[in-house]
Amino acid sequence: MTTTPPSTPPASGPGAFASSGPLLEVKDLHVEFRTKSGVAQAINGLNFSLEAGETLAILGESGSGKSVTAQTIMGILDMPPGHIAGGEIRYRGQDLLAMKPEQRRLLRGVNISMIFQDALSSLNPVLPVGWQIAEMFRVHQKMKRKAARERAIGLMKRVGIPAPEQRVGDYPHQFSGGMRQRIMIAMAIALEPDVLIADEPTTALDVTVQAQVMRLLKDLQTENNMGLILITHDLGVVADVADKIAVMYAGRVMEASDVYEIYAKPGHPYTKGLLESLPRLDSAETRLNAIPGLPPSLTDMPTGCPFSPRCPYATDLCRNELPELLPIVGQHTSACHYRDDIYHGRLQTPEEAQT
Amino acid sequence: MTGYIIRRLLQFIPVLLVATLIVYAMVFLMPGDPIRALAGDRPMSEQVQAQLRDQYNLDDPFLVQYGKYMWGVFTQGDFGTTFQGRPVLDIIRQGLPITLTLAAVAFVFQAVIGTIAGILAAVYKDSFVDRFVQVSLVIVVALPTLAIAFLLQLTFGLNLGWFPIAGTREGFVSYILPGIVLAAVSTGIVARMLRSELIEALQSDYVRTATAKGMKRSRVVTRHGLRNSLIPVVTFLGADLATMLAGTVLVESVFNMQGLGGQVFRSIQAQENTIVVGIVILFVLFYVVVNLIVDLLYAVLDPRIRYD
Repeated sequence: MTTTPPSTPPASGPGAFASSGPLLEVKDLHVEFRTKSGVAQAINGLNFSLEAGETLAILGESGSGKSVTAQTIMGILDMPPGHIAGGEIRYRGQDLLAMKPEQRRLLRGVNISMIFQDALSSLNPVLPVGWQIAEMFRVHQKMKRKAARERAIGLMKRVGIPAPEQRVGDYPHQFSGGMRQRIMIAMAIALEPDVLIADEPTTALDVTVQAQVMRLLKDLQTENNMGLILITHDLGVVADVADKIAVMYAGRVMEASDVYEIYAKPGHPYTKGLLESLPRLDSAETRLNAIPGLPPSLTDMPTGCPFSPRCPYATDLCRNELPELLPIVGQHTSACHYRDDIYHGRLQTPEEAQT
Repeated sequence: MTGYIIRRLLQFIPVLLVATLIVYAMVFLMPGDPIRALAGDRPMSEQVQAQLRDQYNLDDPFLVQYGKYMWGVFTQGDFGTTFQGRPVLDIIRQGLPITLTLAAVAFVFQAVIGTIAGILAAVYKDSFVDRFVQVSLVIVVALPTLAIAFLLQLTFGLNLGWFPIAGTREGFVSYILPGIVLAAVSTGIVARMLRSELIEALQSDYVRTATAKGMKRSRVVTRHGLRNSLIPVVTFLGADLATMLAGTVLVESVFNMQGLGGQVFRSIQAQENTIVVGIVILFVLFYVVVNLIVDLLYAVLDPRIRYD
């Protein structure tokens, strides 16, 4: 008689990591900012997971905690004022938040990498771009100057920079916005990380360039089988590239689902509101249907559902009790007391009910 | 680039003319008669006095005196002679090494100590180190230079006996105390300037990127943060080096050093116009050249700056 050994999928990264569970998993993460005017709760019990080769889009408006999430995973959150009040971030089963700082540093840029929104301010203005890319090889792989430079040229070529041999010594300000973001990408993928976090990678770019840069990210993801976390407020970007979406609001995931499902059948009033606020070419209406009101103040969270003050369907239950993130069907989850009714389109606003 | 350098060097001419004219005028307008001062208590015949006056063009109108002097300097490299008949160039040659050594010691001190203090204060912002650096620098900047000089002479010279307090006979150690005094205020300015620049740089996006790349904190600070913060500091240091020679006037007098600064001081008292103006020409030349070097260095440090 043989016992089945516990399944151990082959580790694709450095052998030190026991590969159990998802590539990256965030469990009940709480992040606060302790300021003089009070404690701002930026992230309140965040949950999501990411598999290799998968693209997770984290969608949310300003102040919803998207960027704080990214910085917390990377370990580059300014602390203080930032403070991790609880939760786990597991990379290949290991809790990043329990690691020693030096152990964590060795993962940064090597296993988990990040692209920032504004490439002009995020690249060092006084160092040549080639130097900045080569620094990854020189520091993490102790590569010689010349070899590292060659690798940098190769990467610049790979991300689509014309004549990289001539441009390797140029400075960030000598490149266009799209080219700078490509350099940022080259730097982030230099050591073939497992997880790439892209924080609004195309927001600062022209619309025509946005699509090219997203295409590049997508190609690189396929090539290296990376898990990609795409942080954005742009529903248009999400639809093209994401496999899964997590909609954030006030530091929580309101709804998570695969990308087609969420567009077709949103299971949360907030998601529904976001989709309805998109301008549509086939609509006769002249005004956009923006969600009324503003996100709650992070220092003064409402009791109950954080979206309840803006929600057209809110009841006393919503105002008093915080809904949990629970499944509707399969992997589609929603943090709404009336998730099934919203999902099936059975719920009416009070005004609609009256007429 | 070459065009830029030539243009900058041409600016030297009007700057030099205005500076020397002002200095010449000020010494000229001082009350008293230099020839009588030269004679002192001894009697001097009218004839000798007249001869000396003629030799040094002292009876000419002010602008003519000035014109004759400058003409000699620029056409024949003749800086004139003192009333004792000693060539001014001779005096310059003797004093220059002392003054340059003093300036170099002071410059190295303020650059090194100012930078180290600034980095420590920025990296350990709001800690004890930061507070200590800040408070001590405020004290140094607030105290008059003379007070610092006497304090150091008293403590390290007389009481502890570590350093000589006057003259330059003991070689390099003689330059340490005066160098520190000359550098004191600027050291404070460099440290505070670098502290605020570096704090700002350490909060910038590109430093966050360097951290996200997995660089060690020390590398993030020195390679990514410091590199940008140094640009204004280098500018200040350059401008300060250029004006430092003027600072030697006071320090060399207090420490009784026979450099150019002390010489200017004594020559003003003796109304030796030729020496004063000769040395001032040298100071102005130094100022213009150092400023030019700083501006060129600026383009090296910050690739976004291009001349032409």
